[in-house]
Amino acid sequence: MITRRNMLALGAAAFVAPLAMPNILRAQGSAGRVVIVGGGFGGATAAKYIKRRNPDIDVTLIEAQERFYTCPFSNLYLGGLREFESIGHSYEELTGEYGVNLVTALAEDVDGDAHTVTLSNGETVEYDKLILSPGIDINWGALEGYDEAAAELAPHAWKAGAQTQLLRRQLEEMEDGGLFVLSAPADPFRCPPGPYERVSLVAHYFKEHKPNSKILILDSKDAFSKQGLFTAGWQSLYGDTIEWVGLSDDGRVVRVDAEALEVETEFGMVHRANVLNVVPPQKAGFIAERAGVTNEGGWVPIKASTFESRQVADIHVIGDAAIASPMPKSGFCANTQGKVAAAAIVASLAGNEAPAASWTNTCYSLIGPDYGISVVGVYEAVDDEVVQVEGSGGVSPADADADFRLREAQYAVGWYDAIANDTWGTVPA
Amino acid sequence: MFSKHFRRGVVVAAMLAAFAGPASALSEDEVSVLAGTCANCHGTDGRSPGAIPAIAGQDYDILREQLLAFKAGEVEGATIMTRHATGYTDEELDALARYFSEIEP
Repeated sequence: MITRRNMLALGAAAFVAPLAMPNILRAQGSAGRVVIVGGGFGGATAAKYIKRRNPDIDVTLIEAQERFYTCPFSNLYLGGLREFESIGHSYEELTGEYGVNLVTALAEDVDGDAHTVTLSNGETVEYDKLILSPGIDINWGALEGYDEAAAELAPHAWKAGAQTQLLRRQLEEMEDGGLFVLSAPADPFRCPPGPYERVSLVAHYFKEHKPNSKILILDSKDAFSKQGLFTAGWQSLYGDTIEWVGLSDDGRVVRVDAEALEVETEFGMVHRANVLNVVPPQKAGFIAERAGVTNEGGWVPIKASTFESRQVADIHVIGDAAIASPMPKSGFCANTQGKVAAAAIVASLAGNEAPAASWTNTCYSLIGPDYGISVVGVYEAVDDEVVQVEGSGGVSPADADADFRLREAQYAVGWYDAIANDTWGTVPA
Repeated sequence: MFSKHFRRGVVVAAMLAAFAGPASALSEDEVSVLAGTCANCHGTDGRSPGAIPAIAGQDYDILREQLLAFKAGEVEGATIMTRHATGYTDEELDALARYFSEIEP
């Protein structure tokens, strides 16, 4: 058993003879114990890549759900392009091929001094290194009238699962000629292009099944990801079906009446929807707060080179919960952050320095089934901050032809197949 | 400010001076971290499960030329790879080509 105290003693021993450290740890039956909370893009990837780098490290993954449903591609389900189960993933590769211990429970508390995690099943798990990949929680109370009961009437569908299925049912039940209203939050939030891909694919569904219906986006900001490309794509595929109202034009929703399916904007305008989708303000998943790693804004400051918390030692926080700007809060980034954290932790447990960090992001968005766009970034750590590599990245060209858009749509599906395979071992259907 | 490019540049220069021959300044660990991000689209170890080309076990020279051509913006009809390749030094692209060429397809 490795407690924090004998870790300190080991640290002192390592100071004298650095190479002796891994042997001492192995003498205790393990090359170290890593506990990971959250089995999404970040956590599942970290588990796999720690095991790939050093199979002797004991890795325990704590995840409340037996099957994980991704936000990426949930918009394709909402648009009628995919079955719900096609965005669900399980943990057989991690447990079977890589020997990860899977505990299906909710992590309820973290004691950073004692190096323990308390679970909903009453167990306490000890760690040498902890990775939190908790994703987002809805910041209930940040938007007047929008609470958990309201979300049953006006879903957020921003954590894939029952909420996503509820929104799909509502869209299916809506009469032709109805109005779909999406309220989009201010930055930062999970998946910056997500709200705009969502309205695109809802517009696709309307075009096929409810051609007289309209879409209104009420936005709490004046600019959004890939805006020029989205706007041109909407015009080209859906004419005037989609209307976007930004912050300066009174787009910011300040109050929700979920029973009436009404929202009120900053200057008192009331909009009534037939289907109301509120993408609300967000914060890091609650376990991050319990671990004491969040800041006053509800997100987690990290050291870029390792994604270790700036506030509590031996806790690494990856994915949407972390402050990693200019990297967006995307599943793609969470996966690459999981790999960097894995490399850093494996190195640290062996008494070595972390290799230089490197991350990329590619966010594909579908405007229609044959119309894809993308944004790319390549990132490195400079002075322990995340920095985009100069000259890298950018969005799809504005003047691309239909073939280019089609290929990016096909690559979007190729990307989803690859990342789901890389993260969970899911083999595409 | 010590970016990885700066640091690696110094190391490359030092190694060239010492050995007077081409040598990679990148450790195996560093290359594996760089390569980790490729898996998100090209599959774990570059073995693609879907529509995006596999890169595992491809010829080193072809991979290297292709990556450098992406970086130079010389690949007709390229979608995202130019935007990726411009994020790496030529040495890094060379190391990535080597890394994936040595993986069993």
